Amino acid sequence: MRTDVKKINEQTPYEDLTEGLMMFAGGTAKEFKTGEWRTNTPVFLQEKCRQCLLCVPVCPDGSIPMDGEKRLDFDYDHCKGCGICYKNCPFGAIEMREGCEVPAKEGKEA
Amino acid sequence: MSQEPIRERMSGNEAVAEAIRQVNPDVMPAFPITPSTEIPQMVSSFIAGGKVDTEFIPVESEHSAMSAAIGSESAGARTMTATSSAGLALMWEELLLAASNRLPIVLTLVNRTLSGPININCDHSDGMGARDTGWIQIYAENNQEVYDNYIQAFPIAEDARVHLPVMICQDGFITSHAVENINLLPDQPVKDFVGTYEPEEFLLNPGKPIAVGPYSISAYAMEAKRAQAEAMENAAEVILEVAKRFEEMSGRSYGFFESYRMEDADYCMLIMGSAAGTAKQAVDEMREEGKKVGVLKLRVFRPFPEKQIAEALKNCKAVAIMDRCESYNGNCGPLGSEVTAGLYRNKVNLEAVCYTYGLAGRDFTTTHVKEIFGALQSLVEEGKKIPHNQYIGLRTKK
Amino acid sequence: MSNGNYKLKAMLQQPERLTPGHRMCAGCGATIAIRAVLRGLHKEDHAVIGNATGCLEVSSYMYPYTSWEDSYIHNAFENAGATLSGVETAYKALKKKGKLKEGENYKFITFGGDGGTYDIGLQSLSGAMERGHDMVYVCYDNGAYMNTGIQRSSATPMYADTTTTPVGVNSDGKVQYRKDLAAIIAEHYVPYVAQTTLTRDFTDIHRKSEKAIYTKGPAFLNVCTPCPRGWRYPMEDVMEICRLAVETCYWPLFEVDEGKWILNYTPKQKLPIEDFLRTQGRFAHLFKPGNEHLIELFQQEVDKRWEDLQYRCNREE
Repeated sequence: MRTDVKKINEQTPYEDLTEGLMMFAGGTAKEFKTGEWRTNTPVFLQEKCRQCLLCVPVCPDGSIPMDGEKRLDFDYDHCKGCGICYKNCPFGAIEMREGCEVPAKEGKEA
Repeated sequence: MSQEPIRERMSGNEAVAEAIRQVNPDVMPAFPITPSTEIPQMVSSFIAGGKVDTEFIPVESEHSAMSAAIGSESAGARTMTATSSAGLALMWEELLLAASNRLPIVLTLVNRTLSGPININCDHSDGMGARDTGWIQIYAENNQEVYDNYIQAFPIAEDARVHLPVMICQDGFITSHAVENINLLPDQPVKDFVGTYEPEEFLLNPGKPIAVGPYSISAYAMEAKRAQAEAMENAAEVILEVAKRFEEMSGRSYGFFESYRMEDADYCMLIMGSAAGTAKQAVDEMREEGKKVGVLKLRVFRPFPEKQIAEALKNCKAVAIMDRCESYNGNCGPLGSEVTAGLYRNKVNLEAVCYTYGLAGRDFTTTHVKEIFGALQSLVEEGKKIPHNQYIGLRTKK
Repeated sequence: MSNGNYKLKAMLQQPERLTPGHRMCAGCGATIAIRAVLRGLHKEDHAVIGNATGCLEVSSYMYPYTSWEDSYIHNAFENAGATLSGVETAYKALKKKGKLKEGENYKFITFGGDGGTYDIGLQSLSGAMERGHDMVYVCYDNGAYMNTGIQRSSATPMYADTTTTPVGVNSDGKVQYRKDLAAIIAEHYVPYVAQTTLTRDFTDIHRKSEKAIYTKGPAFLNVCTPCPRGWRYPMEDVMEICRLAVETCYWPLFEVDEGKWILNYTPKQKLPIEDFLRTQGRFAHLFKPGNEHLIELFQQEVDKRWEDLQYRCNREE
């Protein structure tokens, strides 16, 4: 009876919703993109980053993914652009830009 | 009958406690309130004496009792509790959640009037106040029925077509405390009948997390309520299936209601709970005098067996609908409202007079029953006008 | 890099148990705290998360989207303590009956805002703590009923401008100082109580969360979690506001471990309370000419409570 969240939407007939509106799955909210809430967008300046990681725990949205002991670029699907990471970066490795737009990836990161 | 009965004498509360001992549920959160207090007391002694391995949670209120029951049942444990009156009222918010979360919790309700004034005696205002909370409600006439109903509660609640909580009701003091003869079933057949609780999805299922109790936007909430209503509709057939299985084990037969001497009855008293015994006694005496009277004792109030009631009454000339509860709507009690609506919808046209009786433990006697049947008869046969909403046993200047 | 940073790296190796995609406001302090608390759970352990009705609940499990990787139960506003009592007791029952395998361990953590904890849920919390359930109750204290639109709670600081204590010609905001809930729960003599908030290296909240989760029996964490909307400050300033809450001794960091009161941090130089108050729009009226005495009264209350706390923490020495 595990739930596939992708099969539930506002057009789903009542017979196909989950019993008691329970979810028989964890972490389905990943499918919900909060990135479009942004009015400002953080930009990760990798060359300035010293991987101190102070930005990672201050993010309310878990939108600074990690790979081992290193932070990666922002998860723009979910980042709401609050700017807390920017404010707490000691090295100026995060910049805030106006608007919701995802910054273009630079070649070296790929 | 497949099993030799064990003849005993005990009160309704003792009968429920005995059923609990036999079922051996996983968890019981409870808070004492007269007249249901004995039940958690007896379960606590069973635990202390090693007769059950139920975990008892001595919560600090009935609201917390039902809250903990919701937590426990969601976690995958077979859970039950007991309460009365204000205790049930304090649970009200949680009763709705137990049902909407589709949790097969079993609650034994020892019916007692709601305040005010505060009073500890029986009426049905507590159970009737919870009638629209989404719980299955089954009422008993005596200790035997409450024992039998309790054992049937778990298979009804836990059936995949249902997944709803069940309230097993008995009349405070009258049934809960009076000691009567009873036929108990041996332990093993009861355990086999109830089976073990194996939910498919629950909180404590490693690697298979679930989430209970979402915020729902309007796009889903109405659909969820409809699905819940459908589960209640499904409960009707499940209640009858379980009753049939129970009869095979015990030899005792149950349905939505009991029709007592109704075959050719012109006049019927529709009643719930212990007062049905009084009504039956009066009917026996009146039948001796050649009066065509009968009793329809309602057992299942939720789901409400409207069609079946209409069918049972269709050949009667008049029915007295007996409410042990005031609903303050200016017309009649809840049973009166639902039965008359059901008769109308099923196009059964007969005189229906609503009576309020027995509030806060007020006596109800065979004399009252005979007076009521007399009034029905004079209404039908002499065209005598009588009020369609009356109190029985009330002191008045009129 | 410092030793603190090494710890942070280790801490951040814990799996993320609150997924992105929740609808908490941008810049929400509470969510930062929830993530931090959940990092206190060891990788191999399962958890059931409880939640009182509030911002966190309506935002983290809006059907069909749950942000919780673990099993989660929201019941109602006032009963997170009782609900988790039931879950924890079911765990005992199922373990006893052999329905859960050896080695499958569950931890029980419930979150409630200050409304669901200090006020409407206090009885349920007190009952759960007194009965000794093996669970952690975490209050994310943002000092008002934020979910319903910033009404005062018993956790709201004195003079705060809220929608039920609005400032006006006859009102300086909330009249009363806040209830000391951590002390109230400590008086239940539960094994572990701690007060914490967000600090730069997250060591304090991490250590206390892990200790609370792995202490046998009931534990309580009170976490100061600023709310940009209700406190009226620029959302990126959350960490600075938490720092000032600690440095002014408005929100001291302490723990009560098996009945022993321990002060975890003493500012080198205690900052005046106006440094904290000035950062937030809800206290703007205190800085109008003629209201200096209000700040003085606030300072007196902070000083009194700080002294009380020091007394509790030093009395055995």
